[in-house]
Amino acid sequence: MLRAMLGEAWHAMGSNKMRTALTMLGMVIGVGSVVLMMAIGQGAQYAVAQTISTMGSNLYVIIAGTTQASGVRSGGGFGFTLRVADAEAIAELEDVTYVAPMQQGTQQLVYGSKNWSATVVGTTPEYLDARSWTLASGYVFGESDLRSATRVALLGKTVIENLFEPGEAPLGKTIRVRNTPFTVIGTLNPKGQNLDGRDQDDTIIIPLSTSQRKVFGVPFAGSVRSIIVQAASAEAMPSVEKSVTALLRQRHRLRDDAENDFYIRNLAAAADSAAETTRVMSMLLGAIASVSLLVGGIGIMNIMLVSVTERTREIGVRRAIGARQKDILAQFLLEAIMISVTGCLIGLVLGVGGALLTNAITDMVIVISGGSVLVAFGVAAAVGVFFGFYPARKAAALDPIEALRYQ
Amino acid sequence: MYEPSPVGRSAPADAVIHVEGLTKTYVTAAGPFPALKGVDLSISHGEYVAIMGPSGSGKSTFMNLLGCLDTPTAGDYYLVGRNVAHMANDELATLRNRTIGFVFQGFNLLPRMSLQDNVALPLVYSHLDRETRRRRAREMLAKVGLDSYADSFPARISGGQQQRVAIARALINSPSLILADEPTGNLDSHTSEEIMALFGQLNDEGITVVLVTHEHDIADHAKRQVRFLDGLIVSDALTPVRAEAAGSTTATAPVTAGQGAPAC
Repeated sequence: MLRAMLGEAWHAMGSNKMRTALTMLGMVIGVGSVVLMMAIGQGAQYAVAQTISTMGSNLYVIIAGTTQASGVRSGGGFGFTLRVADAEAIAELEDVTYVAPMQQGTQQLVYGSKNWSATVVGTTPEYLDARSWTLASGYVFGESDLRSATRVALLGKTVIENLFEPGEAPLGKTIRVRNTPFTVIGTLNPKGQNLDGRDQDDTIIIPLSTSQRKVFGVPFAGSVRSIIVQAASAEAMPSVEKSVTALLRQRHRLRDDAENDFYIRNLAAAADSAAETTRVMSMLLGAIASVSLLVGGIGIMNIMLVSVTERTREIGVRRAIGARQKDILAQFLLEAIMISVTGCLIGLVLGVGGALLTNAITDMVIVISGGSVLVAFGVAAAVGVFFGFYPARKAAALDPIEALRYQ
Repeated sequence: MYEPSPVGRSAPADAVIHVEGLTKTYVTAAGPFPALKGVDLSISHGEYVAIMGPSGSGKSTFMNLLGCLDTPTAGDYYLVGRNVAHMANDELATLRNRTIGFVFQGFNLLPRMSLQDNVALPLVYSHLDRETRRRRAREMLAKVGLDSYADSFPARISGGQQQRVAIARALINSPSLILADEPTGNLDSHTSEEIMALFGQLNDEGITVVLVTHEHDIADHAKRQVRFLDGLIVSDALTPVRAEAAGSTTATAPVTAGQGAPAC
């Protein structure tokens, strides 16, 4: 029965090819644009997620509070309230994976006849773990380097490109930072830009103790400008923030009515808002494309209504020879679904093709997920049912006597 | 006038059609219009009946009721012993599919389908498999002498041939009854004769044929003639035996105002 009906629906579609093709075109454009727009939107989401993952996930940065001298307040990070010992205490807290005290600034680097200005980060090896930064070659400095403040450095890709000749191996070479010689013991894997568009590879990493003694100087031993903290998971972040705050307040002996003498910044928040922006953009694109799907559906309804009117007599004959109302309903519904699903398949092919083409000519990131294909397909079938139902019911409700008399 | 008969009362055993007090009133803007005013009629198995009457006499309404395309306002209609007057839509559809074969004035073949598929169409609604549908359709086309046109389309054959295909379609589910509504209305007289000969042949094979027509020479092919006027049967009589060779008989038998089945 179903096979016979499918055959008939196919036949009916083929009987007026031009009209069927034009009706289908609505679905083709609708599904095609949904697939293409979702591919572009998800591509953007993917690109942002990539960038965020290079920054390290679930990170907090704790910055020392401000100083105030004769009413002039400095910015955050210039107070002397944080200590390396604070970092060690935070590391003991629950759900904290990595903690690294750090100090950074821009310094002039010299190698041979070349010089270059880059961000110098003085920190502990945990910094690399927290930011999931790996080495391309060499090794990371260790505890003994921190203790004895050895002059060793890890170089980022941009620094290497600007200080060394192409092909020259930086490992073992000596560069100067503020006239202090440093031995290059490792090179960092590239990370690309961060969300602000700053080049993360334009960085040199040295032991915290060395940076304090030789590069930045420090107001008193054991203080540090900032501490980077990684929580075990995104879910654990709020509780980590709370326990870190409580711990630091206790360690700094702050009274209940005193303000924090440090700031906690959530790096994930910035990342989240960027991700949220692309997610909204992707949804918006999908929503706009869905409107064309809706228009396609209305086109199907329109043509099915015409078809029902044209075939009134046929409906009468079918009823007379024994078709029940639901047989007529099923027949027209099936035809509508067939048009929309066939249009959907063509639209899928065109949408995916369009996405690949976009990728080829604009180097935009394109992500075609099985989910978006399924959604497009499901929506097309639903459109067929939804917009096919009214004409089909109209056909089924025809009085067979009137229908037979229809000229 | 009749009230619907109580349960247990039924039609004569050999009656294909048995109606009692059949009434149909249409509700129009101008008020109720009685198209049938209480009709009693019995048609036995193997009969060949012509239903006649001018337009507006109620014969089309009667035909629609006999064909289970409509339900009466009052009265009872027993089709092969079952009272269909109060059946639901789907049951009526099944009856039309299995028990009645329709032949229309305008042939009503579906233009997009091959003749074989047209003939097989009722079997689709009987849920028979494809192979059986094909085989039966071929048999029926052979019966009306058109098996060589099985894959042809309606537009490619003549009107007379189309009507033969329509008859094949009507026969395919071995119905108890063939209902033909002005089957020769769109045909020339020569072709009409051929079609009427086919009905005669089917009747000779034992199939009950009910024919609606307003043409006397077509009605004369039937063995019994029932006349309608103003929603009532005004005559019901056997067709006088025709002098075939002379072809002179145009008048029907004298009108007998009585009703009831004639002795057959």
